[in-house]
This record gives sequence, C-alpha cells and structure tokens, in this order.
Amino acid sequence: MVRVYVSSVIDADAAAVWQRIRDFNALPQWHPGIADSRIENGEPADKVGCVRNFHTRDGGRIRERLLALSDFDYSCSYAILESPMGVENYTATLKLTPVTDGGRTFAEWSAEFDCEPRREQELSDQIGGNVFQGGFSALKRHFGSRR
Amino acid sequence: MLQKVVRSAIIDAPIARVWEVLRDFNSHDQWHDVVDRSRIEHGEPSSRVGCVRSFTLKDGNRIREQLLGLSDSEWKSTYCILEATVPLHRYVATVTLKPVTDGDRTFWHWESSFEAPPGREAELRQMVAEGVYEAGFANLRRFLSLGHPPLVIPAQAGTQGLPAREVRLSRYGGPQELEAVPCTAASPGQGEVRICQLAIGINFLDVYLRRGWIPGMLPLPGVLGMEAAGTIIDVGPGVAGLLPGDPVAYLCPEPGAYRSIRTLAARHVVRLPQQVDAETAAALLLKGITADYLLRDLGRIRPGTRLLVHAAAGGVGSLLCAWAARLRATVVGTVSSEAKARIAREQGCAHVIVAPDGKFADTVQALCGGADVIVDGLGAAAVDENFAAAARRCHWISLGQASGPLPPLDPDRLLHKSMSFSRPVVFDYVATPGELQERADRVWRALEAGVLPAPRIERFALAAARDAHAKLESRASTGSLLLVP
Repeated sequence: MVRVYVSSVIDADAAAVWQRIRDFNALPQWHPGIADSRIENGEPADKVGCVRNFHTRDGGRIRERLLALSDFDYSCSYAILESPMGVENYTATLKLTPVTDGGRTFAEWSAEFDCEPRREQELSDQIGGNVFQGGFSALKRHFGSRR
Repeated sequence: MLQKVVRSAIIDAPIARVWEVLRDFNSHDQWHDVVDRSRIEHGEPSSRVGCVRSFTLKDGNRIREQLLGLSDSEWKSTYCILEATVPLHRYVATVTLKPVTDGDRTFWHWESSFEAPPGREAELRQMVAEGVYEAGFANLRRFLSLGHPPLVIPAQAGTQGLPAREVRLSRYGGPQELEAVPCTAASPGQGEVRICQLAIGINFLDVYLRRGWIPGMLPLPGVLGMEAAGTIIDVGPGVAGLLPGDPVAYLCPEPGAYRSIRTLAARHVVRLPQQVDAETAAALLLKGITADYLLRDLGRIRPGTRLLVHAAAGGVGSLLCAWAARLRATVVGTVSSEAKARIAREQGCAHVIVAPDGKFADTVQALCGGADVIVDGLGAAAVDENFAAAARRCHWISLGQASGPLPPLDPDRLLHKSMSFSRPVVFDYVATPGELQERADRVWRALEAGVLPAPRIERFALAAARDAHAKLESRASTGSLLLVP
C-alpha cells in the first residue's frame, strides 16, 4: 500500500475554501489539471455514491465515486473506479481544518493505493505533486496571500 | 454541560522541532510563560505515558496533570488534570501536530473538554483558550526563535562541497606524522548532516589509531578523531530533528573528527542544551558517556563499592572519581605525581596512591581490603598489580593501554578470586540514537547538577594537533585536550 500526504496553509476562512471545493463536480472550476467533469446518471453532486466522470488536460479519462462528504468536518473522500494511471484500491481524502490563529485554513489531501512496486515513486510524485499540490497551489493563488 | 475549547496555529518551524519540545511533558516551564516551576513526580521519564507533572503557575495556582497518551508517529499527546486549584473538572486535552508539506511548517491543533462550575463557563473557556493555548502558541514561537542563535552559514552551503581543513595521517607513527592540509567537506547525503566544528575532543584512542595499533579502524591516509561539537550547516534528506543553526555534538565510531567542517551520519549527533557550550561538549561527551556506562552498566556502582581508578586525574579518570563519589562508592585512585594527586582528591577520591613505580596493590589492600571494580587504562604494566589489588569477585574493566598493549590473558588467572574481566568499547553503549541521547542527557544533567566537574580544558589549534598528541602522550596533561579549528 502506497500512501501520499500533502498539506498546505491557505489564507482564507475554512468555510470560504470549502465553498469552492465542496462540489464534487467542480474540479474544472478550481483545479488547473482538469478539463471537464460531469456527474453520471444526473445524480446530485453531493450525494454519497455519485460518480464523477472527468478528463484531465492531457486527455486521460477518470471515473471517481464519492465515498463520504462532511460539511461539519469540511472533508470529502472518494475512490477511483477507472483511470489510465495503473492504480488499484485508490481512495483519497481532502480535508480542511480552520486555523483559529489568523483565520486561515489547514488543508490536507491524502491517498492510499496499490500499484506495481517499480512505479510507486513515480505515481507518488505525480499524485502528490501534480494533483494534490497543484490543486493547493491553485487555491492559494485564488485566495491570495494576506502576508 | 461539557465545555469544549479548540485552538490551532501554524508554527514556522519543521514538525520535528516543534514535536521535540512538546513531546517532553515537562518542558512547559521552559517555554510557556504562565508556568512557573514544573517537575515530574517520582523521577519518571517525562515522556512516559502515565507520568505526572506537578507545576505551579505564575499566578500561584497549582496543577497536577497526567500524561495519558503519546504517539511519535502521529505527533499527538493527550493528558488530563488530576488535581488543580482552578475549577477545571474532568479536563482532558489533546495536542496534535501535522506537517505543512509545502512549506516545512507545522500545524498545531490543541483541544480540550472540561466541566466548569455554573456561571463560570465562559470565563474558564476564555482562560484556557487565550491564557493557555493562544499564549502557548506565541510563547513557543518565541522559545524556538531564541533557542537557535543565528549562524553565519557559508554562502555556498547546499549541494556543493565546502572548503575545509583536516589533520591527515599518511603513515602510522609519532605525533610528527600529523599534518594539517586543505580538504573539501561534501554536502550531506541521505541521513547526513554537515557540521561547522568549533571544538574537537582528543582521546587516547586517537593515539592508538595514530600508532597503527588498530589499522582496521583507520586505513591510510586517514583522519583521526571520534568526537566534536559545533553548529549544523545543512542537513541531507531524511534527517529529522536537526536543523541548520543547531548547536550539536557527536560521538562517531568512524574516525574523522580532526576537521574544520565534517559531514557525517545524523544518527551519531545530539543537540546541545542551551547551558552546554561547544568546548564543554567536545571535552565531555565521549569521556562523560564512558564514565556513565562504566559506573551504571558495567561497574554497577553502589554505596560502598570499592572502586579502583587508574590515571585518576585524567580525562575519564577524574569524571569517574567525581561521579562514583556522588554514588557513595569508596574511590581509590592511582596517579603518577603529587600534582595529580591533588586534582584527584579534589574530584572526590577518598584515597590517592602516588605510584610512579607502578606499585599500588599492597596499598589498595591495606586501605580497603581490595577493589570490587577496577577501571584500568594502564594496560601491560599493571596486569600483575591489578590481580593483586582485586578483592573477591572483582570486576576488572580494561579501558585502555597507555603503558602498552595488554598481553594475552590466561582465563585461569581469573579463577583465583572468581574475577571477571571486560574490554568495553564506548560505541557499543551508544549503538542507537535513543541510547546516545539518553546517556548524553545524563551527562549534561550531571554537569548541571555539579556532580561532574566542569572539564579543565587545554586548547590547541587544528594545525597544532601534533603538539596536542605529544602533550597527551607525555602524561603531562590533566583534564581534556581540545583542537579548535
């Protein structure tokens, strides 16, 4: 089992950041690596069990199922159903925690998956770097820096 | 109604640094301004689950808190109030740290629940949230910034080698074979740190290596030296708990300390407490840890143990005498001159034998009926005398061989008094970072408490290493010799 963990501090209230990322169908609106997205079978995007079907900017198609969504914890978990990456048993969680000192947000994005041993490093780098850190960097640019 | 308080902050320091402070359940009187004095009851280790800290606040309140859980993998600690003069009932608090991976900072989450007397809920919630947690964030930030005196890091630090100087040995032999030459200190690799060295400890082991007595340990050309202290320049990947600017000391089984800058495995390195400077550390670390394992582990010194220490005024000898005297052992020391006898007496030797002729056994027998433990750095010349000075069941610890290599020992000679013999090497007693840290902590505490005397230091420039060796071998030195780059 490979584990990836990326975290960051965003200069905005957790409620505001959550509003931007809560929608399971909204990746193209905030993540620079995603081209388009739709929820299959016309289900609501916050219904646990719904499936988002999206394309990355380099053309890959990915299907992911929403496993959990908590407006109380500002957290969301999902699993990959189909992707060109070559990962198995992939689940991920994106979670926000308010930083009371300064009204900022501590954002964590973690994943667990299985893959061929020789690809562990490459996939960890790609997921942790391009996908997770890429998303956080975009959020930081969006909300700006107060410092 | 259970009250709940949650506060969190971002601390501009790596998680290992923040955790190092917070995992010590008794560190809060050092960094938190509201805490006046704190101690762990019954002398337990301050990171052992179940230990109780008993402390007073600056406002006069007294609190006893118990550590309920501690996880180094999750950076998490939970504790509760057992007893307090403030009305916080059923108070349980948890501190959790998480790394900020895109900035090498730390997220600190602090939360608690408690019951308060009716009408005082808001007041007590505010006291905990602001007076304890928020003030704690600010106080720890200040503590961390104070703890690290700014260091002038060479501008080239990073991925390149740095120009340095080292004392090279190209041929086994006398002190004259030591030569200071320019060299390059490589940038730290995986698990390594690069240290700007301020003081280098000289030990008798260095002399044995120089003479070629243990060639397997020092292939030529080589660099001597097993210990030094200084400041971290930079750290390689995978190093936790050490940062550029940290004052450190190390004890390393691979020689190579006679350098102005050294790159080595971080597992041999300990951070220095604020009250220990680099010269004291370099003079004391290896010798102090040697005294620690000799007295604690090998000699099992108890009140009344009759301990015979040779070279009682020397680097290790004087530490042994002082520490053993504090443990209420009967310490008998041998020295080669009246001047050294005075020093040995000052360090706590109950009986000092001046034995320039190497005869001491009869006097030891007359003084105390023989030795239960002998710490012998003399080697060849003292074998027969040691046998004669031993009491029944004596443990003879051969630590060095200043007078020449110890000849082969016939095990049957030990039968006569049911003696035991051991030949320890300090590095086997600090084989893990945890063990090194524990022994180093004990040495610093003994120094601070005045149990160990502040080392008497003689300094030599790096380029004068041959003079330092000549002095050590002449037996004219007392105390600790240092090279100062």
